[in-house]
Amino acid sequence: MPSLFGVAWKNLLRKRLRSLLTIVGIALSTWVLVSLLGFNQGYENSLNKDIDNLGFQVLLTAKGCPYEAATLMLKGGTGLKYMPESIIDSVVANPQVERVTPMLMHAVFDPNKGESGGITAFLGIDPATYPAMKTYLQFQQGSWFSRPEALEAVFGYESAELEQREVGDEYLLPESDAVVTVVGVLKRSGTQDDGTIFLPIKALQKIYGVENLVTSIGIKVQKETDLTAYEEELYKLTDVQVVSMAQVKQTISNLVATARVMVMSIAIIAILIAMVGVMNTVLMSVLERWQEIGIMKSMGAMTSHIFRLIWFETILLTFAGGVLGSVMSWILASTTDTLIRSVLPYSPTSSLVQVDILLALKAIGIIMAIGIVSGIYPAWKAARIRPIEAIRSTDGEQ
Amino acid sequence: MSNSANHIISVSDLKKIYIRGSEHIHAVDGITLDVNQGDYTAFVGPSGSGKTTLLHLLGCLDNPSAGVLTVEGKAVYDKGKFMNERELTKLRRDLFGYVFQKFYLIPTLTVKENILLPFAFYRKAEADKTADRLADLLGLSHRLSHLPKELSGGEMQRVAIARALINKPRILLADEPTGNLDSKRSEEISDIFCKLNREEGLTIILVTHNHALAESAGKMVELKDGKLI
Ligand SMILES: Nc1ncnc2c1ncn2[C@@H]1O[C@H](COP(=O)(O)OP(=O)(O)OP(=O)(O)O)[C@@H](O)[C@H]1O
Ligand SMILES: [Mg+2]
Repeated sequence: MPSLFGVAWKNLLRKRLRSLLTIVGIALSTWVLVSLLGFNQGYENSLNKDIDNLGFQVLLTAKGCPYEAATLMLKGGTGLKYMPESIIDSVVANPQVERVTPMLMHAVFDPNKGESGGITAFLGIDPATYPAMKTYLQFQQGSWFSRPEALEAVFGYESAELEQREVGDEYLLPESDAVVTVVGVLKRSGTQDDGTIFLPIKALQKIYGVENLVTSIGIKVQKETDLTAYEEELYKLTDVQVVSMAQVKQTISNLVATARVMVMSIAIIAILIAMVGVMNTVLMSVLERWQEIGIMKSMGAMTSHIFRLIWFETILLTFAGGVLGSVMSWILASTTDTLIRSVLPYSPTSSLVQVDILLALKAIGIIMAIGIVSGIYPAWKAARIRPIEAIRSTDGEQ
Repeated sequence: MSNSANHIISVSDLKKIYIRGSEHIHAVDGITLDVNQGDYTAFVGPSGSGKTTLLHLLGCLDNPSAGVLTVEGKAVYDKGKFMNERELTKLRRDLFGYVFQKFYLIPTLTVKENILLPFAFYRKAEADKTADRLADLLGLSHRLSHLPKELSGGEMQRVAIARALINKPRILLADEPTGNLDSKRSEEISDIFCKLNREEGLTIILVTHNHALAESAGKMVELKDGKLI
């Protein structure tokens, strides 16, 4: 015996191409929607991971000192400001502080670098505290320094490539006569550590004559610490500046918000297109079947039956499109990732678009809700057909 | 009016007026008529005389402009008041079977599904058996799994008749059921109507230009300008 659902289903098969095109349209919209939702959740996670990878939430530097290797390079390796090592004691005095690690940045001109020489940046670190904070750093070869003042170096992935060094090689520090042994090469981390050459801070201080001085201190505070309040506290120390990763994150998030609005508008447009597409398809099929529907009403179909019949068609279309689109977005997730990366001002390293089953279900839910809404008008229109109009319209009279 | 208990449909001074701009068309102009249980009536008359309009009014498909329409003792239309849509739908589905000049089969459904289509909207016991019996009666048994496009015109009309009868209606209404058929096919349909009327006691009202078909009906009612003559 035919069911309402069966009749709806078979009707969609009647105009296969049209149904298919509508489904593809909905699938595309779903793809955009899933990607957007996946982006919303993936980006946040990815960004947090990047920030966590920094190992410390607060970076304390001397006032006016560049705190990123990139900035230092831009300034031609000059402009470094120093703080006395003793400042660590006053930082550690605060019970909210979990760990600190002193760092010394140093940049020198290396005439052998590239065609006409270039700036090389070194980072002096404390082997006792630094690796414990940057647990994500992994070695491709070798390991950290053997002693706190050893004449040894660890190369970031890119700097090792650039300088053509392996573990066991020697490296002459420019502007000095010190030679260090390469004891480790890091794996690529996707952070600025890739381009850094690490030395024990004690050794670096001695070689370049900046004993007992540091350029920055990485501070990791207890989880429940109110960062803003803590930063205020830090400013009580003289001549320092505080770089908070929360700020950095905020800045990046603000930049990305613009991109997000753009992506969102695209998604809304896609959804509107899908909606109009569904409405058009179903409405056309209602108009084409005006008489059929009138006849159905003459043989006992209630208004609600016809409403449901047309609604089923809409729901079938949107469901098929939603499922197809979700599968598509799952398969194309990495392509989508690349696409979004190309429009974003700053992209975290790990995957931007995280598509999971829950998200797909959510998107299918949204698309179906849209389908249900766009089905209302055609269904209502069909349900209102009076049998007489349908029969009259082409029964030979008039 | 005679013994009203016997009247399955009863109309008095029924009117249908179409208003087209300032022009009033009296398509049905004050008809009084009773249809008895088991009657086989044919409406004849020139084109535009109001046959189709009257048939639609009797079948509760269209709303009258004035008069009284009673079906099985229930007032469908009485001096400006029409029965509500829900009750009307029930009346149409339980009491009437309709056959039109165009068959209006659903092209995506098989013959059997087309015959059973009304039951997509409500259930009835033994529908399957009834369908098989009707198919047998109408010579469609070997066509049940075919699609409408694979049928001849006469077969399509027989499917439409089977569909109209699947709900075991008390009254079959047919508007030019042979209008699209050649004379041989028309005869087949005519025979089927006679058989249904004689053997099953089905009340039939039809509109036709076909003389042979009209002759086969027990009662012929002639219309002109919306009036009985
Ligand atoms: N929807 C309508 N609006 C206006 N006038 C109409 C409408 N339907 C029918 N009419 C008019 O009502 C009159 C009766 O029409 P009807 O269709 O009942 O005639 P008929 O006897 O069935 O004719 P035919 O034999 O050609 O089918 C005609 O003059 C027709 O033009
Ligand atoms: Mg007519």
